[in-house]
Amino acid sequence: MDESWEKAKAVFATLGVAPVAWLVGFFLLPLAIIWGYSFGENSSLTEISVNGTLSNYVHAIKPLYLGIILKSFWFAALTTVLCLIVGFPVAIAITFASPRTKGWLLMLIMLPFWTNLLIRTYALMAVLRTEGYVNTGLGVVWSALSHLLALFGHPLGPFHPLDLLYNNFAVVFGLVYVQLPFMVLPLYAALDRLDRSLIEASLDLGAGQLTTFRRVVVPLAIPGIISGALVTLIPSIGAYLTPDLLGGPSSLMIANVIERQFKTANDWPFGAALSFLLMYMTFLAIAVQAIVTRNRTRRRG
Amino acid sequence: MTAKTIIRFENITKRFGKVIAVDDVSLSINEGEFFALLGPSGCGKTTLLRMLAGFETPTEGRILIDGQDISRIPPNKRPVNMVFQSYAVFPHMSVADNVGYGLLVDGVARPERDRRVEEALALVKLDGYGARKPDQLSGGQRQRVALARALVKRPRVLLLDEPLSALDAKLREAMRSELAQLQDKVGITFIIVTHDQDEALAMASRCAVMNRGLLQQVATPSDLYEFPNSRFVADFIGQVNMFEGRLAVDEPDRAVVQTTELPAPVYLDHGVSGARDATVWVALRPEKIELHKRGEGRAPPTMDDAPADHNVVPGMIKHLTYLGSESVYDVEIAGGRMVRALRTNLTRWDQEDFTWDEPVWLSWHACSPAVLLS
Repeated sequence: MDESWEKAKAVFATLGVAPVAWLVGFFLLPLAIIWGYSFGENSSLTEISVNGTLSNYVHAIKPLYLGIILKSFWFAALTTVLCLIVGFPVAIAITFASPRTKGWLLMLIMLPFWTNLLIRTYALMAVLRTEGYVNTGLGVVWSALSHLLALFGHPLGPFHPLDLLYNNFAVVFGLVYVQLPFMVLPLYAALDRLDRSLIEASLDLGAGQLTTFRRVVVPLAIPGIISGALVTLIPSIGAYLTPDLLGGPSSLMIANVIERQFKTANDWPFGAALSFLLMYMTFLAIAVQAIVTRNRTRRRG
Repeated sequence: MTAKTIIRFENITKRFGKVIAVDDVSLSINEGEFFALLGPSGCGKTTLLRMLAGFETPTEGRILIDGQDISRIPPNKRPVNMVFQSYAVFPHMSVADNVGYGLLVDGVARPERDRRVEEALALVKLDGYGARKPDQLSGGQRQRVALARALVKRPRVLLLDEPLSALDAKLREAMRSELAQLQDKVGITFIIVTHDQDEALAMASRCAVMNRGLLQQVATPSDLYEFPNSRFVADFIGQVNMFEGRLAVDEPDRAVVQTTELPAPVYLDHGVSGARDATVWVALRPEKIELHKRGEGRAPPTMDDAPADHNVVPGMIKHLTYLGSESVYDVEIAGGRMVRALRTNLTRWDQEDFTWDEPVWLSWHACSPAVLLS
């Protein structure tokens, strides 16, 4: 294995055949077919004629659908920011835990992956619904408080359960819950690589904990923040199950609309156009972000 | 100059779980000293330094700076600054921002900050490097940045954790004298941690030798070398021939050690103040052993400061290492024991005087050996 990679080209090619064939056959080719559909129309119930029409795209950028796409981006961005706010302290806690505790904490972060997303989402419904744990718990506190205040002649009245499910809040809450591990792990990886003596040097030079965090830890964790944000943002934009189960009639995300085109509406060409519009916009967003980051590093350097 | 104590460790003990890293160390360091904490890895020297910087808390004991107990003061409030072993230069900041960091977080205004950064960079001979990024610097330059960054804060004490260990040999040598000159110039107390005895001897005005968490000896470099107080120190500092023996005579002006490891007894021109018949160790530095030609009826050399048959042993050169300025001779004596002698090559032909498998006499003066009681 001490030979250089160039000399082992044949070996590499052989090893590469299977995954390349797999990706071409089961990812790129179907994707190309769907892309083709986006330029076609239904000619019969089961037939699609690809005739190069742009009508699907014209239909897709109507305010109704564009609004849902933008809302999906907004939900995803909010999810990413919330994951970052919640995930950063968690990542720091894991980084500075003793090696023993670190293993346990990392396992806790990965534990949700061992459970099916559907089951986790239903479990979340049990927590958030009107008779769920949160509302039941709040109800108990409320009635206790009410009885207490009744002694002074000011009862609080009956408890009105909070609407925690089937709305935008539930969707974002669910997305944060699902995506959090994807934010914590890259952050942890970045922080774990950070040379501890840099933190000590900052403290030694007179900076407090907060200044050290702001001026040393965060700037050096930027690569982790960026990759964490990307792996949180992109799946969130196309989230399907979470808004489907936790959302209400007004909290549809774009994936739910696409699903309806392919199934209920039986309009594959339009569904395909929506899918690709979403993909183009995601690519655009990542490209803009990459350019901004590069310019910023260049200006600093 | 009257020495004023600046740092005082009082019965400092540090335990990590069951491991005792520092064991009841009491030590005073004076203002303006270049002080070295010397010892093998794991001896507790770095832990002692980190406790001074505030990164570790003593399990027992107190640390005083200028008479004030700093044990409860966080690192960012202590009047000490540190140069880290890895230098810990912030990779995302320019050289100037690195050096100015400590002033920035202290709220020093921009014009003064810029001026002091300039000064500090000039002090470490990095003028004009302010705009560079750390990854554009060599290891030696990064170390200078770390030095400037610590000195710009005008600390009471500068701590250096193995500052030269990451440099190549040539640069290390140059930095030694530069650090000593720098300390002379700024007048700040320097405390350096090192496992390299040459480094400590070359730079420090005083050294503390540590072993297994215990303070072994605190002395000037020359006292450590010439008057070690234990076998550990004698062995750790420089090279030494060590012979175990028994104290046969011990009077105020002379002493004799009988040893089975040498064919002749060791005579000393001073008292040892040990118990009669106590087990002692004779430490003899290689450069203090003289070589004489032997064989073909040559009489053994007579030592004018020792009785006959003392401090002279016959042997055979088994190995010779020519080092240019000097030569090292490994001489086998009776019983197969090897003794190392060192000889400066005083003339250009000197190194040819003795050669392999040559019979020689080894001799030393009555004042040369150090007798160790532990």
